[in-house]
Amino acid sequence: MKPLKIIVLAKQVPDTRNVSTDAMKPDGTVNRGKLPTIYNPDDLHALELALNIKDRVPGTEITVLTMGPKRAADVIRESYYRGADYGVMISDRRFGGADTLATSYTLAKGIEKLAPYDLVLAGRQAIDGDTAQVGPQSAEKLNIPQVTYVEEIISLNDDEIVAKRRLENGVEIVSAPFPCLMTVHESSPNCRTRVAKRVMKYKYARTQTELESKSTEDYIKELHEKRNYLSIPEWGVEDINAEMKKIGLAGSPTKVKKVESIVLTAGEAKVLSDSAVDIDSMIVELIQNHTIG
Amino acid sequence: MKSVFVYCEVENKKVADISQELLSAGKRLANKLGAPLDALVIGKDLKDIHKQIAPYGVDKIFIADDKRLEPYRTLPHTAIALDVLRREDPQIVLLGATSIGRDIAPRLASALSCGLTADCTVLDIGDHYVAKEKKEYKDLLYAIRPAFGGSIIANIINWDMHPQMATVREGVMKKNIFDVDYKAEVENIDVNVLVNETDFVVKIIERHLEESDVNLKEAPVIVSGGYGVGSKENFKLLFQLSDLLGGEVGGSRAAVDAGYIDHERQIGQTGVTVRPKLYIAAGISGAVQHTAGMDDSSLIISINTDPDAPMNSFADYVIEGDVMEVITKMIHSYKKNAK
Repeated sequence: MKPLKIIVLAKQVPDTRNVSTDAMKPDGTVNRGKLPTIYNPDDLHALELALNIKDRVPGTEITVLTMGPKRAADVIRESYYRGADYGVMISDRRFGGADTLATSYTLAKGIEKLAPYDLVLAGRQAIDGDTAQVGPQSAEKLNIPQVTYVEEIISLNDDEIVAKRRLENGVEIVSAPFPCLMTVHESSPNCRTRVAKRVMKYKYARTQTELESKSTEDYIKELHEKRNYLSIPEWGVEDINAEMKKIGLAGSPTKVKKVESIVLTAGEAKVLSDSAVDIDSMIVELIQNHTIG
Repeated sequence: MKSVFVYCEVENKKVADISQELLSAGKRLANKLGAPLDALVIGKDLKDIHKQIAPYGVDKIFIADDKRLEPYRTLPHTAIALDVLRREDPQIVLLGATSIGRDIAPRLASALSCGLTADCTVLDIGDHYVAKEKKEYKDLLYAIRPAFGGSIIANIINWDMHPQMATVREGVMKKNIFDVDYKAEVENIDVNVLVNETDFVVKIIERHLEESDVNLKEAPVIVSGGYGVGSKENFKLLFQLSDLLGGEVGGSRAAVDAGYIDHERQIGQTGVTVRPKLYIAAGISGAVQHTAGMDDSSLIISINTDPDAPMNSFADYVIEGDVMEVITKMIHSYKKNAK
């Protein structure tokens, strides 16, 4: 069959397993600068699904698109190391503070700039919000069908792609035409690891902003003059023709009214030791008050 | 007064549990607002479906009945729901945080350019003052949910781009029949006007629904393990205890992520919400993400080596010690003392 053009949506996320409350700003948004960041796990599954399709359909091209602050370029480099062909950053301070609606609008504008495409793949959800909204919202903005919770591509030909969906109470096998958007479930195969040769080839890939940074050494800048593929495109508001009222905070209907750190109320718990006597007395109490039979 | 609106899921002529829970929650919000409660149900063979819906205090029921509309598919359901939402212009729209709800809700929110808050654990009504506009917005939806790994509870509001949409997981809200004789107005939707052939381009080839044999929601006792259990092997001891007590085994997200236990046993905001008679939290620190799914349990035992584990503040009994040792002793003690 003819090769496909696949766009993978990937996000750099704070590692929410390591969040402290001092990482929150007073307005309730997250101070990402204070957190370690990782490649959103479900998005790595999406990248693997794309690479799997590329294995089956030689000549297929994979472009990874990410939106985020400057340091999110790590996601592009990591994608290169694992087999992506191209990477594009959407990065501009004015996109900041976006909720899922503004994010999907921005991503859709970026995807339109990458058109034509056959397939958009994204992780089902990101671990910093767990909303699972950006995939379907992007599909709606692009006016293309969506197939959510994909676990496996069963088959594909020039006209359609057949996928297995993981639902809460079972599985469903569906066929969809091109172009379409799929969100990828965490039960799909894990992403293949980095390829040493590709790490060597792409480790100096930089965005223009990174290249201009004082900490970037001269030999990297020289390499960039000779090797175009090292340059990671970086798109701002004007590059994707985004309307200001639809991006960032202005384009985000949901606002955080209040954030409460978890306040622990002093309980009236009986504190027991791990001695057999203490545990015995508790079990006897529970049997007597019919909590357990 | 603009309505509160519930998207009802239906399969085999039965309104889903989650939708009955949402209707109950929606009625409570509608009463606070003095607003009507509306419901939309899309599926096939829905002749008497309104009888299942009206008793929740629903004022108007929109029914789209067509054999092509079940099982659920994104595009035709979206086309119908969008038309009704645009006509009715409700102030609040509630959907289940289910495979279906999480597929259609963002699609609708995008088309309507409105706000959507996922996985709410509390829904309420309140006001908000916007300093920039010097304006007080009355009667907004407070969509409250744990966020950010459960370290915070966020109250999400949306004052300018309506409707205000929210999803809620199954089991979070309680079912509550409002009036068995409640009379609802029924509007049958002319499906062919709203959907066309291109809405059916995604085709369902096969479906295998699996009735899960894990039933956390009905279990009277849940022995639940966290990362502190340490391994899949160690979880076997939790299964022993739960078998003895006639219960089920659950787990925290950390335990599921570590591969100690199956995803279907995950308890918490992104898992199942439970209210057993007895909840034994073994090696679970107690992030809100987890406690949001179990803090209504009648009695809670927390076993942890850390005396300051947040779970201990929810617990009726706190046992400071090694999970494996304590569970072993509990098994032994129960065998000795039970008749």
